[in-house]
Amino acid sequence: MTNYIIRRLLLVPLLLFGVTLMIFLMLQLLTPVERSALYVRDIPKNEHAIDGIIKKYDLDKPFYIQYWNWLVGKKDSTTGERSGGILRGQFGYSRSASEPVIQLIGERFPNTLDLTIWAVFPVISVGIWLGVQAAVHHNGWVDQAARIFAIVGTSFPTFVFGLLMLMIFYATLRWFPPGRVSDTFTIFVNSADFHRYTHLMTFDALLNGRFDLFLDALRHMILPILTLSYISWATFVRVTRSSMLETLRMEYVTTARAKGLHEKDVINKHARPNAMIPVVTLAGFQVVGLLGGVVITETVFNYPGIGSAAANAAAQLDVVTVLGLAIFTGFILIVANLVVDILYAVVDPRVRLS
Amino acid sequence: MSQTTPSGDNSLLHDTVPLRKISWFERFVGPENYRILKGLIKTPASILGFILITLFILTAICAPLIIPPATPNEPYKMPRDGYSSTPKPMGSEWRSNQPGYVPGWYKLVTGNDEWVHILGTSQGQYDVFYGIIWGTRTAFKTGFIVVIATFLIGIIIGSVSAYYGGVVDMVIMRVVDVFMTLPYILAALILAAVLTPLIGRSTFPAIIAMVTFGWMGYSRIIRGDILSIKQRDYVMAARVIGVKDSRILFRHILPNAIFPTMVLATLAIGDVVLSFAALSFLGIGTPTGYADWGQILSFARNWITELGTYWYIVVWPGLTLVLFVMGWNLVGDALRDVLDPRMRGSH
Repeated sequence: MTNYIIRRLLLVPLLLFGVTLMIFLMLQLLTPVERSALYVRDIPKNEHAIDGIIKKYDLDKPFYIQYWNWLVGKKDSTTGERSGGILRGQFGYSRSASEPVIQLIGERFPNTLDLTIWAVFPVISVGIWLGVQAAVHHNGWVDQAARIFAIVGTSFPTFVFGLLMLMIFYATLRWFPPGRVSDTFTIFVNSADFHRYTHLMTFDALLNGRFDLFLDALRHMILPILTLSYISWATFVRVTRSSMLETLRMEYVTTARAKGLHEKDVINKHARPNAMIPVVTLAGFQVVGLLGGVVITETVFNYPGIGSAAANAAAQLDVVTVLGLAIFTGFILIVANLVVDILYAVVDPRVRLS
Repeated sequence: MSQTTPSGDNSLLHDTVPLRKISWFERFVGPENYRILKGLIKTPASILGFILITLFILTAICAPLIIPPATPNEPYKMPRDGYSSTPKPMGSEWRSNQPGYVPGWYKLVTGNDEWVHILGTSQGQYDVFYGIIWGTRTAFKTGFIVVIATFLIGIIIGSVSAYYGGVVDMVIMRVVDVFMTLPYILAALILAAVLTPLIGRSTFPAIIAMVTFGWMGYSRIIRGDILSIKQRDYVMAARVIGVKDSRILFRHILPNAIFPTMVLATLAIGDVVLSFAALSFLGIGTPTGYADWGQILSFARNWITELGTYWYIVVWPGLTLVLFVMGWNLVGDALRDVLDPRMRGSH
């Protein structure tokens, strides 16, 4: 297993290089003037000033010099100050949000994380449970319902589902409002009494001991959570079900039954752990998929996360912002994929013991 | 014990094993591929899928007969009945920019001699019905282009990877990993945003972006298939008699490996259309007013609070998209069953 993990770790710098190179190549499709937004807040109108900036930040120099500057920042020869450099977190200045991209990420990412956490954990726990039930009662009503749900669920495009949710539960029934919290809590949330420990609204509410605020925040998030996660529900149920069905046909399960084990032990202790192996892989894909899903979900609900920020910037053709957010997402996903692959090794005895 | 020697006379076999009649079609596509095709039309679900797909194909072909364009030179431009932003209800009067003529089916079904907005108008007075019907053509157009392009790129890269093996294979597979790091929609969104200022607002930035980030799956599958077919006896036989490597790859291995990937690619049209609609929903796919399902749905974003009243600007285009995707998914589900190695040999 150590071998496997070392080989997997060696892949990380390669992926980092590949992804940064890919994003950088896209940046090269911009004009040098547009690219100067990587280093300066306001692009001057004056032609001389523009030329000066292009010279100063090497925007007309060969490709590899620009790539290096983009990675680590460009040092000013007189003041010795560095500007730019994505490895220092300087992703440039956002025209569409009129602030540095890193600041935009700082404001928006906690919201996205809050949403994703609430979308991931219920899905994993309930989805697996449903899938196991469907397999154990093969062709029973749980199984049939799960199958129909899986087909219908995977056929609904995220944005159509989101719009329908808004139409029914917000515009017609007025049960679940959009936004982050109700007006009655806005003042409290913005006051000094509200300590932002994690910057995740729901968790901060709990840490501040305000259960009413927690419920209110959750109520505002229910529709986005559902929209973001229903496709994952469908796939989780389907994969767990088929993996569990396959495991239950194995000879060691028959052996366990033959020696008189309780059916509950057969399922929970013998079959389920092995059936979980493909589910863990799937969970990894789902994390990647969810970060794609947030782009659409957040846009539909106008939820202030990095997904809607990326969509807004893309619609306004603010490429520097879009690419900044993309490289940030790329970093996160490379780490997330690494964690998933290592977890996979831990779960699968064939990998763990080899 | 005496050993039975094969006599060459297998007439006895006819009595014990009823021989199946093999149609010319089965001979033509080969037994394994025939099994795949047959599996696709086995369950009621997949047949329903085929019916849905056929209906959409007919709609796309007959679009000019169903609702003739108001501007015959630019049929994909949705006709605007005025410039007011508020959507108009279903069945409201069509005042300006009417379709070319009133077709027979329309008189028959509605008993009306004048065009009305059957499914209402969306923001900017774009006719929803027109957008749905002509949007079917947009869907198939983008679907076909993207699927064919990604399939070809995937096949070429995948076979090169499997053929050369070693370092080339490793480098290509790492490149695949890099392309798969970002979520598909986000990757396509950023590339389309980069390309739009360069080549102008049309369907092409989104199509190029979707092709750029869509080929990796096919190259992975074809690579795996080639690696497994490489081990078969007939490939070994070809090698033994000294057939050139490239001929083995392109004449012996690829034709046998390509079929499952081809079916898979065809069925990916549903996903491609869905992603394209998502991109244009986010405001990056098509120019404003282009007949396209994602765009009609994106108009609804400004009317969220009043969707109770203007439900028709979401429900009809949404339903169309759902039925389209569901049609391909139902067939795709049947395909997944036949391609599952554990199902092989069962009829």
